[in-house]
Parts: sequence; structure tokens; C-alpha cells
Amino acid sequence: MRHLEQELKALRQDIIDMWKLVISQVSTAGDAILTFDKDLAVQVSMREKKVDAYELKIDNDCENIIALNQPVAVDLRFVLAVLKINSNLERIADFAYGISRLVINHPTLILDAELAVNANLSQMIEMVKTMLSQGLEALENENSSIATSIFNEDGQVDNYNNEAAKIIAEYIQTYPDRAYACLQFISVFRKLERIGDHCSNMAEEIFFYLDAKVLKHSPKQ
Amino acid sequence: MLTIDAKNVDFYYSEFHALKNISLEVEQNKVVAFIGPSGCGKSTFLRLMNRMNDLIDGTRMTGSLLVEGEDIYAPNVRVDELRKKVGMVFQKPNPFPKSIFENIAYGLRVNGIKDNSFIEQRVVESLKSAALWDEVKDKLKKSAFALSGGQQQRLCIARALAISPKVVLMDEPASALDPISTAKIEELIYELKKDYTIIIVTHNMQQASRVSDKTAYFYLGELVEFDDTTRIFTNPQKLSTQNYITGRFG
Repeated sequence: MRHLEQELKALRQDIIDMWKLVISQVSTAGDAILTFDKDLAVQVSMREKKVDAYELKIDNDCENIIALNQPVAVDLRFVLAVLKINSNLERIADFAYGISRLVINHPTLILDAELAVNANLSQMIEMVKTMLSQGLEALENENSSIATSIFNEDGQVDNYNNEAAKIIAEYIQTYPDRAYACLQFISVFRKLERIGDHCSNMAEEIFFYLDAKVLKHSPKQ
Repeated sequence: MLTIDAKNVDFYYSEFHALKNISLEVEQNKVVAFIGPSGCGKSTFLRLMNRMNDLIDGTRMTGSLLVEGEDIYAPNVRVDELRKKVGMVFQKPNPFPKSIFENIAYGLRVNGIKDNSFIEQRVVESLKSAALWDEVKDKLKKSAFALSGGQQQRLCIARALAISPKVVLMDEPASALDPISTAKIEELIYELKKDYTIIIVTHNMQQASRVSDKTAYFYLGELVEFDDTTRIFTNPQKLSTQNYITGRFG
């Protein structure tokens, strides 16, 4: 195997490993907020540095590959896509960390379990986890068609977020004394919505890498 | 009008079919890079454009090759006139064993120009165009062999420019040069395309991507892909092109 191919293979493995770690972070942060389990939230918090370390390493490796090997065509598209996926994964991990900090910083914050059910929190968490897994699968199998459904799911995540905002607003009107807890709660939905956006961005990068198509700022259907 | 218009060109070295049905159009003031593995036919095709292959016994060409609308293989074409229009720079600098000044004046004198003030003017213009004037203006009477390899190559480019060609063919013009001299040649190519159409054969992928507007990939005597350089180096349409430019070839 040529030197450049070895470098690209190592880069690919790193971004896959980072992706798996970020899926785990989102999953654990989701469980933490659904159960208000502080131990789970601490796990996410402790692993955040590992995600940051991946980001720095992958950034550095991409820079070195471009500077030293001048990749072209599919190799160039792969390195550029990895650079952007790397940033998106790091942001997703930041949101997972943000959710976990909410659980850690407000251990006595009691949310109405019925409100979480009505606002579809559990479904929204499952949806973004699915999107993340599909993106990883598309990259691992080099199959952009797997990534196609992510764009639709991003729309559904947006709908969940909008619906949750309405439900929580009504809840605050009914229970004004719980407004502070509700504002914290609504930020979780906002973070999940942003995770969905980043999943969509990563799907665009997979299309760019595999099919040389630029889908940014264009209808995805 | 197209500067180069090749249609269905086949070329043979005796029985060997070196070029197979090549059709390619080159617009004015463009830089076109020919790339491909050794023996793919890119230099052969380049040399067809000023009939350098005529000197090789047993060669044969079919199809048509037009330079500025003129069929350069028509029976009445004078090869010396063609080469005024289509200059060439080779892989190794090949200055004449003459002074720097005479290297450039020579082509003008051979073409019958006797007006010394005009010759002097063209020598200066050509050296300036080849980005060599500042380095040699005080030693025009010195031997061309006293120049460095990179300077000698730029002198050869100046010599080609002196007779005001329309097309400049370059066959790996920087492959024997150090990185500084190579960068100067590449900068020069970029400047020269304002006034000339340039076709360059190179084995250096980065050089092709840096200097050319369009790139032609040849393999086994066939033109596999010819497209904008940005497209060839980001999203080639043929797997064979991708394998070659990414180094996975063979």
C-alpha cells in the first residue's frame, strides 16, 4: 500500500472512531436527561476531552496530508469532507456535553415526566441517534444512498422541536412557578435540533466525498 | 477560431499504433497540460503540432490537424513557416554555443531579418517576456552556457518567443530544473498565456494542476479524458484518470 493510502486509511479509522464516540456521548446524554441520572451525565462530561483530542488530531492529520501529499480527486474530496465532518462531530459532542451539564448542575431540578412524554423528548433523542448512526454507516460502507434519509429526518427533528416549544409554552402558562425548569428543558430540545442540523451537514459531506455533489443550500429531495 | 483543432488523428511508428483516433480542440490563450504515463503518446501528439515527427523514418499520420484553421499536414505547407507559428521548448535546455544575445537573434536572422535595431528590440522584448532580462541585461555578450540550467531554459523560451509564435509547445520544460527555477518557469507560463497558447507535457501532476486551464489525460495512445483542469483534479469522470492522478495507477 502506498504511503498516502496508509495515511488516508488511518485518517478514516480516526474519524470512524470519533464518530462512534460521539454517538455514545449523545446516547448517554439522552439517557441522562430522560432519567436525570447524574452518574451518566458525569460520564459524558469526562469523555468530552477525548472528543476534543480527536478533533485536534484529525485537524492536524488533514493539514499534514494536504501539505505533504497534495491529494487530488477522490482523495482530496475525502480529506476535505473529513475536515468538515470533524468540526460537525465536535459541535455535536459539545451539545451532548451541554445536556449532561444541565443534569449535573441542576441535580434537584425535577421535570414533569408527563411533559417529557408529551413533548416527544425520547423520540427526538432516538431520531438524532438514528441520524448519527446512518451517517456513520454511509461513510463506513461508502454508500451515499444510506445518507439520503438523514435529510428527511432532519425535517422531522425540526418538527419535534417546534411542537415541543408550543407544548412547553402552554405548560408554563399552566404552571408559571415551573418556568425556570421549563426554560432549561427547552434548551435540550434546541440542542437536539442543532445536532440534527449537524447530521444533515455531515450527510452533505458524504455526498461530496462519494458522489462529488455539492448539496449545500439546495433542496435535498 | 480554435488555435488547435485535431480530428481523428492516428499516428504510427512503422507498425506501432502510437496515437488512436485523437480529437482535441484548444482555444486561444489557454494553457493545456498533457499528462499520462511514459509511452502513452502525449509527447508524440505534442510533436505532431509542429511536425517534429516528420524527422523520424517510417512514421505515418492520418486524420487532420489544424493550427489557426490551417491544415498543417497539407502538401503545400512549409514546415519552416509552420515552426515560426508553433515554437517548441524541450526537456533539457539546449542553447546554441553562442552569446546570450545571439541565441535569440539567431532565429530572427535565419528568418531573413537584417534590421539590427529591430533585432535588438526583439531580443530585449523576448528576454523581458521570458522573465530573464533583469538577470542578463549586463552580460548579453557572454556565452549562454555561462547561465544556470533554469536561466538557460528561460533563454530557450525567449528564443522561441522572439519569432512571435502563436503557440508554444513545452515538452517537460522544468523536469531538469530545481524547485526555484521550476517556480519561475511556471510563473512565466502563467504570464505568457496572455499572449500565447501553450501546450505543456508534464509528468508532474501538481505542475499540471498549477499552470494549466485544461488537462488532457492520455493512456496507451488514446485520449482518455480532456476537461477543465479544476474538474480533472477534483472530479475526473473516468476511473482510469482518477487512478493515474491519485497515483493508484498500475
